[in-house]
Amino acid sequence: MSESERELPKPTPETQHFWDGTRQGELRLQRCKKTGEVYFPPRHFCPSSGSTDIEIIKASGRGTLYSYIISHLPAPGFTPPYAIAIVKLEEGPKMMCNIVECEQTPEALVLDMPLEVSFEKVNDEITLPQFKPAGK
Amino acid sequence: MKRNSVAIVGASETTELGKVPTMSQVQLHADAALNAIADAGLKLSDIDGVATGGHNAVEIAHYLGIVPKWLDGTSVGGCSFMLLVRHATAAINEGLCETVLITHGESGRSNLGRHGSSIFPSLFQQQFERPFGVTRPPTMFTIPVLRYMKDYGLSEETLAMVSVVQREWASKNPRASFRDLITVDDVLNSKMICYPFRLLMCCLVTDGGGALILTKSERAKDLAQKPVYVRGTGESGETPMISQMRDFTSSAAFKVAGASAFESAGISHSDVDHLMIYDAFAHLPIYGLEDLGFVARGEAGSFIAEGNTRMGGSLPLNTNGGGLSYMHSGMYGMYALQEGVRQMRGTAPAQVPNAEISMVHGVGGMFSASGNIVLTNVAGN
Repeated sequence: MSESERELPKPTPETQHFWDGTRQGELRLQRCKKTGEVYFPPRHFCPSSGSTDIEIIKASGRGTLYSYIISHLPAPGFTPPYAIAIVKLEEGPKMMCNIVECEQTPEALVLDMPLEVSFEKVNDEITLPQFKPAGK
Repeated sequence: MKRNSVAIVGASETTELGKVPTMSQVQLHADAALNAIADAGLKLSDIDGVATGGHNAVEIAHYLGIVPKWLDGTSVGGCSFMLLVRHATAAINEGLCETVLITHGESGRSNLGRHGSSIFPSLFQQQFERPFGVTRPPTMFTIPVLRYMKDYGLSEETLAMVSVVQREWASKNPRASFRDLITVDDVLNSKMICYPFRLLMCCLVTDGGGALILTKSERAKDLAQKPVYVRGTGESGETPMISQMRDFTSSAAFKVAGASAFESAGISHSDVDHLMIYDAFAHLPIYGLEDLGFVARGEAGSFIAEGNTRMGGSLPLNTNGGGLSYMHSGMYGMYALQEGVRQMRGTAPAQVPNAEISMVHGVGGMFSASGNIVLTNVAGN
């Protein structure tokens, strides 16, 4: 992949902690202190309870392959075919990612297979949270 | 809402559909608008409400020389036009305006005079999806389906049957872009776009437009066409990010909009004679049939494969050929509504005999939003 052409996230005040975390090798989520619910994407309040009494937690980085496609279409910074996947995190939320260190085939990408986070540094500002087959 | 108090009295698509290199997007809106106004037997000066999605509503009004009393620019993707019918119905009942023009035009194929996205960009999508290589709709709308296929045992062959059955409907429609019958093998052997989706499981990309004219039902009697009454409506929205859809096997927006439409129309599923489910991709009729409650969870694939939605089946579905075969400029909702109106007027190329109630479902974005309209040709409550 030629990372320079890829569209990169532009952090906002509500999401800065997330991108600071990935740069430091941590996957950060938020938890509502009132209900215990862990949620994503980031915001200053819990979308279920409306409570602003929330905390930032470090996620385990473990999850499972919830769904995916293998795109054969051109995309800046990607060489098709490549998988666009959804990981279901151990803590509950779902996130989009690519699956790294894995063949991009239906045979290698098996639904519900265990995944673990793998941080992909793009530049000094941005590190993307990616996922790879667990134990790889 | 007040059931059947507002009627669609004018309805038309653009003069041409498919490849229209002679018109930019705003002219596609205007071509459809002028056709619909003529269809209703009205004049431009009769229009006092203007609504559109995916284009600046003020530009449409100005282009047509209208200074309206009521404007709506709700733009949530392809189902915007279902939401606009709902909003227009409320506005007419509230007395905000008398005669509403809803337009759609999209130079999806020729890309003439198109500017910007038809949906507001999402903050979250920019940060948490775009960096992972999502681009056009086939890279997003398709993502949930493997989850559905595993959870409910839907096969690629059954998914392909959605395209096969819709092509049967399109074969009866002279204005459909693709009319040659296809087989499951044709679908599965067509070019891979985004596994497991092949080309023939994805919608067309075309140019075109459509327009509707709505007014109070009591006025409709004096106009040119058989009135088509707005009997029920619903709308909802779930998420601008496909990754954040709560359940990858079911759309919360489809469910909320569908339940509102049934409830406001005061009908049950067996009352629906004709159904349109927005089919940008082959899995959408499957999700739609289940989320609208026509079949139980996990049963829609076999319901379609067994022929229930075919011509002569118990539930005629996407009778124009759908976005998969008829036309799909990008925001298909207007064309689904046009087919609902034709079926209620009795003028559809593949007419469902004696149909009295048509349900027209729409989706916006990638399972982001939904609108649902129940139409009928039977007056009264």
